[in-house]
Amino acid sequence: MLSLPKLKYSLNALMPHISEETLNFHYNKHHAGYVNKLNGLIKGTPFENKALIDIMKESSGAIFNNAAQIWNHTFYWDSMGPNCGGEPFGEIKEKIQEDFGSFSKFKDDFSNILCGHFGSGWGWLALNNNKKLVILQTHDANNPIKENSGIPILTCDIWEHAYYIDYRNDRASYVKAWWNLINWNFKMSLACQKNYL
Amino acid sequence: MLSRAVCGTGRQLAPALGYLGSRQKHSLPDLPYDYGALEPHINAEIMQLHHCKHHAAYVNNLNVTEEKYQEALAKGDVTAQIALQPALKFNGGGHINHSIFWTNLSPNGGGEPKGLIPLLGIDVWEHAYYLQYKNARPDYLKAIWNIINWENVTERYMACKK
Repeated sequence: MLSLPKLKYSLNALMPHISEETLNFHYNKHHAGYVNKLNGLIKGTPFENKALIDIMKESSGAIFNNAAQIWNHTFYWDSMGPNCGGEPFGEIKEKIQEDFGSFSKFKDDFSNILCGHFGSGWGWLALNNNKKLVILQTHDANNPIKENSGIPILTCDIWEHAYYIDYRNDRASYVKAWWNLINWNFKMSLACQKNYL
Repeated sequence: MLSRAVCGTGRQLAPALGYLGSRQKHSLPDLPYDYGALEPHINAEIMQLHHCKHHAAYVNNLNVTEEKYQEALAKGDVTAQIALQPALKFNGGGHINHSIFWTNLSPNGGGEPKGLIPLLGIDVWEHAYYLQYKNARPDYLKAIWNIINWENVTERYMACKK
């Protein structure tokens, strides 16, 4: 039986950028919903006692969709936090400068990808197989681990449920606000990525 | 008499789709009913956003893309033509699907189809229901049966059969 990972901050901690109402629905309904659904789907199957990451890597269809959405959302919550945002610092700052030229170039490119993505999905900063930072976009529940396109460093949820209550159709404003929430502290430590792989 | 919901300045009910091969710009069709006409099943706020923002964006983006495509054709720039295909598909598809969807709904709809098997599209993008139903898509899908315009759906089927 899988359980919903605890949120590391309170439901109103990301205001005003993401409202308490959004976080309540997003975490307690959507994220929790994926956990409940997956538990139901894997019961009595070989996936029943596997770790989430293995279920995600080995499955397809509804089992994959729910498993990956659990993983993606946990990563998304950890990508953000109160008293966060601003510019990166330390190791990740240097790597962004090295691979994108500047933080502002990276920010523009990432924002354009997030705003231009069609339909449900996710935007990612990832370390690719050549150890370069790249911006990726995936559809629906997919992620760079499943697509073997890189190690995720940062993610932004661009399913409409992530922003519709607060921003309606105005995804660009949501993306602009999201930059105020990035937990660069989490992203600095590539060692902590091992917990997710 | 039912008033028709319009965005911005009032427009005549234009053909929803420009005829293929013509350079006529696509336009956002007016809804055949008011924004509030489908309440309580789909509320007015959703209908206005869905029509004036989401559908309108597909129409605008389709027109922009088609202009660029005409230029690429004129220049014989095949690379550009290929690069524009996804945008034509996304925005053209979005425009067509929503144009059909509005006519599939009616404040006097619901009940059961009479006679023939209907053709019907139901929008399950989150923007179609989120403000009112949040994550509870099943509740939206239950409510929408109260506003399906079966006459329209049957008309479409008859037109397709010819």
